[in-house]
Amino acid sequence: MPKLSYLKALNRALGDEMDRDESVFVLGEDVNFALTNITAGFLKRYGPDRVVEVPLTEQGFTNFATGAAMAGRRPVIEFQIPFLLLLVFEQITNQANKFLMMSGGQRSVPVTYLMPAAGWRAGWGAQHSDQPYSMFAHMGVKTVLPATPTDAYGLLTTAIRDDDPVVFFGPLASLGVREIVEYADLAPIPLGSGRVHRSGTDVTVVALGHLVHEALAVAEELADEASIEVWDPRSVYPFDWAGLAESVARTGRLVVFDDSNRACGMGAEILATAAEEMRLVAPPKRVTRPDGAIVGAVPELDVVLQPTKAQLAEAVRTVLKSTGW
Amino acid sequence: MPEGVVAPAKVADGLEVAGIAAVPSTVSVPVAVADSVELYRTMRYIRRFEERAIELVRAGEIFSGIHPCIGQEAVAAGACAALDPGDIVLSSHRGHGHLLAKGTDPSRLMAEMAGKVTGIDKGRGGSFHPSDFTAGVYNSTGTVGHGAGIAAGIAWAAVKAGDPKVVLSFFGDGAVTQGALLEGFNLAALWQLPVVYICENNRYATTLPVEAAVAGTITGRGEAFGIPSSVVDGQDAEVVHAAVAEAVERARRGGGPSLLEMRTYRYHGHHTFEMLVRLRYREQAEIDSWKERDPLDIQAARVAEVDRTRIDAEVELDLDEVVRFAVDSPRPDPVDATDHYHADGFRPRPGVSL
Ligand SMILES: Cc1ncc(C[n+]2csc(CCOP(=O)(O)OP(=O)(O)O)c2C)c(N)n1
Ligand SMILES: [Mg+2]
Repeated sequence: MPKLSYLKALNRALGDEMDRDESVFVLGEDVNFALTNITAGFLKRYGPDRVVEVPLTEQGFTNFATGAAMAGRRPVIEFQIPFLLLLVFEQITNQANKFLMMSGGQRSVPVTYLMPAAGWRAGWGAQHSDQPYSMFAHMGVKTVLPATPTDAYGLLTTAIRDDDPVVFFGPLASLGVREIVEYADLAPIPLGSGRVHRSGTDVTVVALGHLVHEALAVAEELADEASIEVWDPRSVYPFDWAGLAESVARTGRLVVFDDSNRACGMGAEILATAAEEMRLVAPPKRVTRPDGAIVGAVPELDVVLQPTKAQLAEAVRTVLKSTGW
Repeated sequence: MPEGVVAPAKVADGLEVAGIAAVPSTVSVPVAVADSVELYRTMRYIRRFEERAIELVRAGEIFSGIHPCIGQEAVAAGACAALDPGDIVLSSHRGHGHLLAKGTDPSRLMAEMAGKVTGIDKGRGGSFHPSDFTAGVYNSTGTVGHGAGIAAGIAWAAVKAGDPKVVLSFFGDGAVTQGALLEGFNLAALWQLPVVYICENNRYATTLPVEAAVAGTITGRGEAFGIPSSVVDGQDAEVVHAAVAEAVERARRGGGPSLLEMRTYRYHGHHTFEMLVRLRYREQAEIDSWKERDPLDIQAARVAEVDRTRIDAEVELDLDEVVRFAVDSPRPDPVDATDHYHADGFRPRPGVSL
């Protein structure tokens, strides 16, 4: 069976959608030469009318995509660096995402914002290593964060077919993940559906993005001590609250492993909702970046500013030991 | 030139009266002849619509207040008269005139401004962000200047579909200092897209005079991208029409975007809140001098009195009905507050779970 990498899954999903639907096109910087490999072979296959090389004009081309979408196209914008999403935060949240509502339901804006290298880039400096998915969830923009090649294929497909704006975060640390798959098994995955990667009965670890793989490693390491369920929401907005509630109902304990900054990150929302609405037998914990973390310049410093496996193991032990509220 | 069109020399005079450096209109040869009577009707309609809307603001029926376009009617009327029905307009926060001139149902626009379910956007766009796809008005962005890139995207999609549409993108003088506007210009020029950019230079961005905001010139911004750019007398609907018709024609035959700087003036405050808060950022003498070249007067002089009288009466009658419809229409039900958030019907969680 073929081995599919995360990047190849993105390339395949985008190509399959471009084959299936003439209205889909991709635009971005260096897409002609497929700098990231996502558009590898596309220029030849689809021509310059559907592989649109754009200048460094993020606000311009993000608004451009909104216009093309209003006119019936399905643009997929490839962004090179997470901070570019901050540069176009207004264009996504305020122009594109509010338009269906502001027009009283007349027209939606089906743009996919593809950020295939989110998170820490060792040594690339403080401006290249953000992980701002929580910000889009906060603003009510559909946002997905798949951890595996199969999920990346399925969620990119769904994002492109969705009639609303969708932000796709591909964690940089997941891009190298490979998975043995049957191509015929690759299929769209609905937004807001979580996935149990490993079942367990003692504690639910909600792991997001590339941290899913680290959580699985910790669950394995601690297998003698505890039965850990590793649950991956896959999309942060909409969020599979029912799926989480089901897992927590089984385990009664919760730890969230989230690459967001601590204050106002997804981890905070997950803990708050669980505390309000779910039956937790002990106080939950989260393992995140520090408040307002700035990472990326010096690997030794960066390491302590990101959620680690050791922290997760510690948090899991603490929650398991807790005798209650 | 159609009879009665003010010659460029007079245009320059008019601008001088208003205290602006005289710039002769660079557009002189009209490519299309305007229907003087229809232009008058549109302008009269816009002015009286806005005046009736201000009454509704005072009466508390339009609680947002409005950004009245009174004084600028010639731009909306002249520009939209140069379009085909299938062409697209992108408007701004001062957009009622654009929508009316493009053919939006006035009753449903007024209802929209009053937040009623019968409004063109079911009350969700309001006075500030109306859109009306049946009339080809795709958006009125509240983010000043950000319609320019959206216009380029719509125009690009039309070109790729082989559809000979032209997109008219309106914005104010305040928008020309926005980077996103210039990024939109760049893409439209780079790909020679059928967009006509219309800057309504009414001399102020809220309280800020254009001289205190804009380095260089407005047309210079277009020229820097190789976009044909002209200054136009925005008080004369037929001059506006001629300039826009020329730009639309060029766009439709693949000649790329144009930028037209319409020199115009708003008589009222930036927003109706200025009826309550007295802001002294301009002299009464300046307002009076612009009123000497009132766009409605200029157009009225080209229309026989009998036609004018008839049109004025028809407009009044129509607006009575428009106001009645807006006031009598039902208000939305609070349970529908999150309707249309998402195309698939997904609804956000409420703010409290009890
Ligand atoms: C990007 C942006 N900055 C500021 C504002 C607040 N604002 C709304 S309208 C306006 C003035 C706009 O002036 P201009 O573009 O000349 O249009 P006019 O009001 O004169 O029609 C300002 C500052 C905004 N809506 N968007
Ligand atoms: Mg202005």
